Amino acid sequence: MLRFLVRRLLQAIPTLLILSILIFAWLRSLPGGPAGALLGDKATPEKIADLNKLLGLDDPIFVQYFKFLGRAITGDFGNSLVSAQPVMSEIGNFLPATIELGFCAMLIAVGLGIPFGYLSARFRGGAVDNVIIVLSLVGVAVPVFFLGYMMQDLLAAPLGLPSQGRQMAGLDATTVTGFAVLDGIITQEWDAAWDALTHLILPAFALATIPLAVIVRITRASVLDVLNEDFIRTANSKGLTQPIVRRRHVLRNGLLPVVTVIGLQTGALLGGAVLTERVFNFRGLGFLLAEGIERRDYPRLQALLLFGALVYVLVNMLVDVSYGLIDPRVRVR
Amino acid sequence: MVFGAAGNPKTFDPLFNDDGETFRIIRQMMDTLIMNKPGTADLEPGLAEKWEGSNDGKTWTFTLKKGVKFHDGTPFNAEAVCFNFNRMFNMKGAAAQSQMIYYGDVFEGFAKNEGDASGDPVYKDCQAKDESTAVLNLNKAKGAFPAAFTLPSLSMQSPDALKKYNADAVTQSGDSFSYPEYALKHPTGTGPFKFESWDQAKGEITLVKATDSPTQTAKLDKLVFKVIPDENARKQALKAGDIQGYDYPSPADYGLLRNDGEQVLIRPSFNILYLGINQKNNPKLKDLKVRQALAYGLNREQFVKSKLPEGAETATQFVPKAIDGYNENVTKYDYNLQKAKDLLKEAGAEGMTLKFYYPTEVTRPYMPNPADIFTSLSEDMKAMGIKVEPIAKPWNGGYKDDVQKAGKQDVHLLGWTGDYNDAGNFVGTFFGREKAEFGFANAELFSALAAADAAPAGEAHTKAYQEVNKQIMDYLPAIPISYGPPAIVVGPKVKGLVASPLTDERFYTVTVN
Repeated sequence: MLRFLVRRLLQAIPTLLILSILIFAWLRSLPGGPAGALLGDKATPEKIADLNKLLGLDDPIFVQYFKFLGRAITGDFGNSLVSAQPVMSEIGNFLPATIELGFCAMLIAVGLGIPFGYLSARFRGGAVDNVIIVLSLVGVAVPVFFLGYMMQDLLAAPLGLPSQGRQMAGLDATTVTGFAVLDGIITQEWDAAWDALTHLILPAFALATIPLAVIVRITRASVLDVLNEDFIRTANSKGLTQPIVRRRHVLRNGLLPVVTVIGLQTGALLGGAVLTERVFNFRGLGFLLAEGIERRDYPRLQALLLFGALVYVLVNMLVDVSYGLIDPRVRVR
Repeated sequence: MVFGAAGNPKTFDPLFNDDGETFRIIRQMMDTLIMNKPGTADLEPGLAEKWEGSNDGKTWTFTLKKGVKFHDGTPFNAEAVCFNFNRMFNMKGAAAQSQMIYYGDVFEGFAKNEGDASGDPVYKDCQAKDESTAVLNLNKAKGAFPAAFTLPSLSMQSPDALKKYNADAVTQSGDSFSYPEYALKHPTGTGPFKFESWDQAKGEITLVKATDSPTQTAKLDKLVFKVIPDENARKQALKAGDIQGYDYPSPADYGLLRNDGEQVLIRPSFNILYLGINQKNNPKLKDLKVRQALAYGLNREQFVKSKLPEGAETATQFVPKAIDGYNENVTKYDYNLQKAKDLLKEAGAEGMTLKFYYPTEVTRPYMPNPADIFTSLSEDMKAMGIKVEPIAKPWNGGYKDDVQKAGKQDVHLLGWTGDYNDAGNFVGTFFGREKAEFGFANAELFSALAAADAAPAGEAHTKAYQEVNKQIMDYLPAIPISYGPPAIVVGPKVKGLVASPLTDERFYTVTVN
């Protein structure tokens, strides 16, 4: 297992290197640059040219890239042009929000997705099945930002839920870990914990819709496959009770593809988080990224996109490892 | 009180900043020698009780308020004034100088120019005659004064704090900048509020009431600025009571907001939207008759009525009414389609094609919806028989480069929001020299603008700009369209906020019931 992990980690290095080149080239191919965004309305073409020179943005792109790589290897990704803060500390400050939001979204997606998928398969062709299928189609089809705005406009006020931010503005909550709910619990500031939790509800549901819908459909398909297997018939004919058949045989065997999908969807959450965090002003990495793109904040974007790629690689690795845990046959190979 | 801001501040040393979101916060913490009378662009005493310019405009004498202290307890006096101006003038390092945009605009050069700074310095020296008299000597007169002394960038800061927290150490590292601790954590001024904290992860800047002999006494104990970039999210936050006010509501929401009991305060206009004309790209536009035809043929009154928010006005020239130098008697071009067609015919430009550039993905106080504005103006052009070739580009994704740097357009939409009450800040910026944006070199106009800029403040200065404004409207290098008032919105319980044309709203007068 250890060798497998080390090999996968080594494989990640060239992947990240290639990605860094692509990200670097892509950013610099975008029209408009950071100088225009930095200098704002008062920017004259001369001032923009001078600033580009000062920042080395008029060097040949490969010179810029190697300078960037040289610094990046030492962990220096520079300062954000928007906030003037070191990009790495920004990532550290904003990461807990994204993890908190992503965790809640996956909790919702898995917690609802597997039971609904299972129910859908069990009552195949019936009314329940049809309703669940239609809803999951809607979940995949509706863009996150649209859903987000709809939730803000239609649900927030009637349900008394906050529609933006991570915490009520001006709330003096103590920060320990950066995870707002957890911090409220640790410091026993129950109001702050509750406040943070209510701020999570709408964005977490918005972010959960796509993985939820995907998990429902995969669970359904997988359970249907398993229900048709010979060993289920055998289990039934042995006289096992239905709950035992469902738990021991149907669910356990049906979950393998679901785990893969959960892993992939966790990686994809980062993408969804950009829109969700932007719409709900939920200040996590997605929010940072959206702001960075608008302002052409090269240092921030380079670091964030590479960080995203690293997370994706790591999540995929975890998925592979988890295969081995669920299905011993994978480990043997 | 919690106020919803549309963007992050950059840092809190006013000298290195030039954007509205940063200035909004700085204005609560710091004072300038001269300030703007609330709700206007007129001047009133700030840290200086009185100010006087010499006849040649080269010497400015400030009589300072007595007994004022900085937030760190050190006294504000003439020496502190001189320390601040000397600091600006002697600033070292290309990175620092390149960030001092407003200082560069007003004072033109440094003791030693680095990086892009290349002008001859306007500033000469400063004398602290006594505790409360500071004299600023300049190398040449500059029309921007005294109005430019109201710029937040020129706020007075505590010399002790500036030294203690190494305020001048702006450096360039990699492809970005690093700012010293002072600019991020210890800004120290004399204003009614003082800095408490900046929580980047929450996007909150907290100020608290300053109690040590402030210039004005704040009524609020605590003032929080919450950064909410999305306009809809700001609206939701106000509705939910999370914030008590926010800036830049969409004109489409004014009615809804008012129905909900919110107060939509319309600011007096201090900006201009214009249709730019590039004479270089399209030789037909060199003909004055063609430019006049465009001015007569655009139904600007109708456009302002139907497409712009309440309070907007048709522009007659390139400065708004509030500016000294605005001229009632410039040549006016009232809508007259037949005249426009006749002029085009005379110029042999009937059926001409114009490449019309307009920006996307942007909202500006003078330009709430560029696509709408484009549609309206291009319909008018079609009625004149002009063929319009529309070219839309993202604001920061090529538009400004194409229009201002490359001059690829025939006509285009652009505008400007003023920084202080000086006509040069508008017309000097647009037409003071040859620019790719307009593609003309009119020596007479350039020298008239330079002379107006050098005319000492007062009647001569105002007259010079009135004359320039007339000259511009005769020459028509572009067509002024409208003055658009941006709004600011606060909840029903907020009292005492005065909307300012310069977005110079001071929160010390505010109470929240």
